[in-house]
Amino acid sequence: MRVALFATCFNDTLFPGTPRAVVTILERLGHSVEFPTAQACCGQMHFNTGYQREAIPMVRRFADVFAGYEAVVAPSGSCAGMIRDYHHRVAERADDPGLLSAVEGYSGRVHELSEFLVDVAGVIDVGAHFPHRVTYHPTCHSLRMLRVGDKPLQLLGAVGGIELVDLPAAEECCGFGGTFALKNSAVSMAMAMDKLDNVVATGATYLCASDNSCLMHVGGALSRHGRPVKPIHLAEILAATQLNPFDPNGSS
Amino acid sequence: MNMPTYVGMPRFPKAAEAQLADQQLRRNLKHATTAIRAKRAAVVNELDDWEGLRNRAADIKAATLAHLDEHLVRFEEQVTAAGATVHWARDATEANATVAELVRQTGESEVVKVKSMATQEIGLNEALAGAGITAFETDLAELIVQLAGDRPSHILVPAIHRNRTEIRDIFLAHMDGAPEGLTDEPAALAEAARVHLRRRFLTAKVAVSGANFAVASTGGLVVVESEGNGRMCLTLPETLISVVGIEKILPTWADLDVFMQLLPRSSTGERMNPYTSIWTGVTPGDGPQNVHVVLIDNGRTNALADDIGRQALRCIRCSACLNVCPVYERVGGHAYGSAYPGPIGAILTPLLRGFSEPADADLPFASTLCGACYDVCPVKINIPEALVHLRAQAVEGGHTGAATKRAGEKSVMKAAELAMSSPGALRAVQVVTGFAGRFVGPTTGKRLPVLSKWVGGRDIPKIPVESFRLWWKRNRS
Repeated sequence: MRVALFATCFNDTLFPGTPRAVVTILERLGHSVEFPTAQACCGQMHFNTGYQREAIPMVRRFADVFAGYEAVVAPSGSCAGMIRDYHHRVAERADDPGLLSAVEGYSGRVHELSEFLVDVAGVIDVGAHFPHRVTYHPTCHSLRMLRVGDKPLQLLGAVGGIELVDLPAAEECCGFGGTFALKNSAVSMAMAMDKLDNVVATGATYLCASDNSCLMHVGGALSRHGRPVKPIHLAEILAATQLNPFDPNGSS
Repeated sequence: MNMPTYVGMPRFPKAAEAQLADQQLRRNLKHATTAIRAKRAAVVNELDDWEGLRNRAADIKAATLAHLDEHLVRFEEQVTAAGATVHWARDATEANATVAELVRQTGESEVVKVKSMATQEIGLNEALAGAGITAFETDLAELIVQLAGDRPSHILVPAIHRNRTEIRDIFLAHMDGAPEGLTDEPAALAEAARVHLRRRFLTAKVAVSGANFAVASTGGLVVVESEGNGRMCLTLPETLISVVGIEKILPTWADLDVFMQLLPRSSTGERMNPYTSIWTGVTPGDGPQNVHVVLIDNGRTNALADDIGRQALRCIRCSACLNVCPVYERVGGHAYGSAYPGPIGAILTPLLRGFSEPADADLPFASTLCGACYDVCPVKINIPEALVHLRAQAVEGGHTGAATKRAGEKSVMKAAELAMSSPGALRAVQVVTGFAGRFVGPTTGKRLPVLSKWVGGRDIPKIPVESFRLWWKRNRS
């Protein structure tokens, strides 16, 4: 299958190991991956912060770049959620019927990584090996916008050598919330500290999630408080094998 | 009597910070919200088709709101024929003046009250006090709040921020007839309140209530409650004045059936509430003989005109969204500066008040958009969708804060718009920095003023050596 990778601007810039891991997984499964280099941002930060008109050029670009692909894979629950749930609103704001029909055309073909693997590619065991104790935090937008359900856990459960441990109060928000983390930093931190306590209680070596933004928030708190738990994106666990194990310095 | 108000409240982030520092408050809130969440989940999960009920409720409310004018006229005709008098109030001032005048006509200077969000919203108690009329709250939690000169912090459990020891102290300090040696046992506290309130019920000539539902086909009003104080107020006095938001209308009794399954489960986590009182105008020789209904707009037609915001008018004030909200759980209700706190308040308050209070512009931003509220809402109000919609209204209307702050954010967002709309510009900002570790500590972070709010509690990730697009160019193209 000809699959387009939407790396997301956030991962492209700050966490390039994650889209690289997606390339590794998809190629290992026999897909031909394209990275249309004209891609930029989904517009989520602007849209969610009240700058809806400013998101219009981003949605236009997304439509131009990705309209022709059979499947688009994004290693982010919140970016995929923005595209599927809110790009049509941006098109309505733009008062552009052409853009709206383009959005309606592609939004069903945009998948978060776990959705693509389980629903489109039809695989649970992606041939990964990750011999570590891992706990999984279901990010809010993957859980409650995309409704990925337990797909990430199914994928993690099939990873060789992994020891998966349940995260207490897993479905509670970590407190990131995009610009909420800055506008309401005190509340955001109070939520991060509760999440941190639950993560540390699992005794896991790695905290896994489908969004690097949430991981940056909780990981930043873990780092600040000298906790040894390391944040890791789902894609990076699924990309790791016995021959090519996860290398935190090599992939980011 | 102390008359607290919401006017001039500090902005949400500041108010929230103050509340966060109160460890007792956080323990009380966590304990209460966790317990009620579990109760709700148990009684919701035992139903075969909760989702079907939610859909029916949302459809009924949406269809009713679409023809609200017709249903309101029908309600007025029916309840008038049944012996009640209907008064229309455009705003809080008109509603308060109407109620004060109706009380004045009875010659009384005291009223007993059934717990009511509409009267909290319009500040009725304070307005009546200004007219020389004392309003006594009779719901246990509202009584606690009123005695303490406090403000409610939750729609259903107004004193959720208090624990029983605090309540004992409030009773001893402020409640007539509080027994000496009162303990903080719940049964002892309830009995002390019962004795105190019984005297009020038996002497009151005028009662003021709200209504959970107004049934247009017959003119019936419905109050759903737990304690029975409402039933006392609705049946014993000679005069009954009900203040009802125009969105409370349901067309028929069959519609009410759907909501009576949803409301108790969503609010108190019960299959059925202990007391449901229904009255239609005047019944000769039985109950209040002088019955009035004050129908209030107070911003509701503005909300109705907003194509995304109007779904907030479906709200049945169950407060399930408050109980699951991670922000509410940590800061409580007072920080929202409105009778309506939590996720529903963050959308309803600016919709009703139209950003007329400066602090209201912060409310749509008082959420991580985690979506837990939408999942539990019995009438399927898409609160996250309404929040981002109102954020845009706040930004585009210039309501987001002090002018400099707004200008600063606007220019950052504009620069980011350019960078994030074009791959060339994006590549240009993907600058290369150091190597070691995934996170950079506080010292480095503090040199970047834009990140000062971030590095207060979190380390920042190091900027990678190579962006993904450069790696792709090197390895795949």
